[in-house]
Amino acid sequence: MPTRPKGGWGKWLVSGPPLLYLLVFFAIPSLIMVLASFRTPGEFGGLAPLRDADGALDLNLESYTRFFEDAIYAQIFLKSFWFALLTTLICLVLAYPLAALIARSDRRHRDLLLLLVILPFWSNFLIRVYAWMIILGPSAALARVVNGVLAMFGHEPVSLLFSAFAVLVCLVYVHLPFMVLPLYANLEKHDQALLDAAQDLGANAWQRFWRITFPLSLPGVYAGSALVFIPAFGIFAIPDILGGPDDSLIGNVIKQQFLETRDWPFGSVLSIVLTVCALGIAGLAAWVGRHSVARLVEADA
Amino acid sequence: MALLEVRNVTRRFAEFTAVDNVTLSVKAGEFFTLLGPSGCGKTTLLRMIAGFDLPDGGQILLNGDDLAARPPEARPVRTVFQNYALFPHMTVQANVAFPLKMAKTPAGEIPAKVAEALDGVRLSGFASRFPHELSGGQRQRVAIARALVTHPTLLLLDEPLAALDAKLREEMQIELINLQKNVGITFVYVTHDQTEALALSHRIAVMNKGKVEQVDEPDRLYGFPKTRFVADFIGTCNLLTGPVADAGNGMLTIDVKDLGPVKVATSAAVTPGPEGAVALRPEKVRLHPPGTQTTADNRYTGIVTGFLYQGDVTVYMVRSALGHPLEALLANSASGLAKFFEVGDPVELSWPADAGHFLAG
Repeated sequence: MPTRPKGGWGKWLVSGPPLLYLLVFFAIPSLIMVLASFRTPGEFGGLAPLRDADGALDLNLESYTRFFEDAIYAQIFLKSFWFALLTTLICLVLAYPLAALIARSDRRHRDLLLLLVILPFWSNFLIRVYAWMIILGPSAALARVVNGVLAMFGHEPVSLLFSAFAVLVCLVYVHLPFMVLPLYANLEKHDQALLDAAQDLGANAWQRFWRITFPLSLPGVYAGSALVFIPAFGIFAIPDILGGPDDSLIGNVIKQQFLETRDWPFGSVLSIVLTVCALGIAGLAAWVGRHSVARLVEADA
Repeated sequence: MALLEVRNVTRRFAEFTAVDNVTLSVKAGEFFTLLGPSGCGKTTLLRMIAGFDLPDGGQILLNGDDLAARPPEARPVRTVFQNYALFPHMTVQANVAFPLKMAKTPAGEIPAKVAEALDGVRLSGFASRFPHELSGGQRQRVAIARALVTHPTLLLLDEPLAALDAKLREEMQIELINLQKNVGITFVYVTHDQTEALALSHRIAVMNKGKVEQVDEPDRLYGFPKTRFVADFIGTCNLLTGPVADAGNGMLTIDVKDLGPVKVATSAAVTPGPEGAVALRPEKVRLHPPGTQTTADNRYTGIVTGFLYQGDVTVYMVRSALGHPLEALLANSASGLAKFFEVGDPVELSWPADAGHFLAG
């Protein structure tokens, strides 16, 4: 039998660089942020010196107190949560049939369709968001048609741009590929024999989908949902560009704290809460997911 | 009346005719096997009976009803797939309950029926396992229980034992025979394994290149093959070909090149002239030291060119004096006659006229 070196130098050689990268660019910055959240904002922004005039450590919970005392922040968090959830659900509904279609296409069409799904990544994210300003703009065909129809029913014209609608449409647009790809990767592996067997055992098209395809695709559904929900929860560029004054999400508030108000400690607190929320929701979703599969199995028994 | 009737069924794929004008009928309660090499159309035919594929021509009737318009889910036919196709996210219980749920069986009756089906394949106590927790043989049995739980009119089995190892395969063969006897459901079984087909079936249809070569009971198929393909495919066979030199009184003489005249008994009316063949099973050929055998219709001398010792039997490859290769199989239990020969030993081959089977053409 061939022997394998026990020391595992090879293991470290392979996993070392990515670990080092994550340590330097993720773990340490996160720690710096946690530390910053306990410090005092500087007079002209940034952070006040770590030690005050008397040389004592200047660490406090003031930024946390502020977050919990003012309900506005919790409300913005909640609003961001709903936007992200709605984005995830719409992406799921749109992506599932698309992913299934791609997975069932023959090789040649499949490659082309996948290419079309990832094609948007070839141009800059911001440029694509700005493109929606033109598509949703007041002089664009879409707005004219909508307002034309509204006028027929005697309604005032509306602005599609700078609205929650615009934000949601663009959130879905930007995140759709992140839902399609994991779903496709999952559906593509499904064994046709299982569907044949289900049909042979008396299941119609809907039953085959609901009892076989869908439960088996749940890992893809969760992966896609996580990939859409988490970035959508903290996004700031889309509400900035396409939203109205009332459509700020938590990402915008964080950006504002760092770049405009220059209150780094409070910005750090918001970032930490966002991270904890996202992790908590992802964990909860995974837990619910596992148990819902178990329930589905039991319900079938 | 036949339970399943396949009438002139043809299925073409692009430039390839997978099933070519096949007509078969399967009786109720029968264990019927479609046997043939891969690509002979047996699986395509099975898929058409199940409804996954539709014939380009001909009809498939079950109990006299044409199945053409009925999708697989609406046919009282169940399939056991080659790789079992158990639902991986469901327990054994849920897998077996699946067809009952699809058939809208009252929820209260399901557990008892599932338990009965699992009991039938000796898998009681495995209900809460998942397919990945079972061995290959156990999965196979779940697949069978799942297919039988709704008591279908017809059970189709597509090479169900192909993925199992030899020992387990033999056990499962015995189980399948017993199961079929107990449930009394008609089985249509597809396999490329002739020993499996001979062991399991009441009747076998041998298929080749999309056509049915012969439908017969296993012993008739082995003893009286109708075509050279069947003779060669079922077991091993010495095919001795040549023109018919003499015929009369139920006895033919065939002039076999490199061997000599071969006498064969037949009931067929044959006139001298055309080409024919004698199918001769290796176990019918007697092998002995030269000069020890006095009376036999066919006697030739030869030299042993090789042998395969298989424990219970030994297969000898012999070349006749004129150069025709022949195989002879000797049971090692008959110690008196079955003396071991070595490569290069001169031997005498003999067999009676009724040992061979005449094939016209």
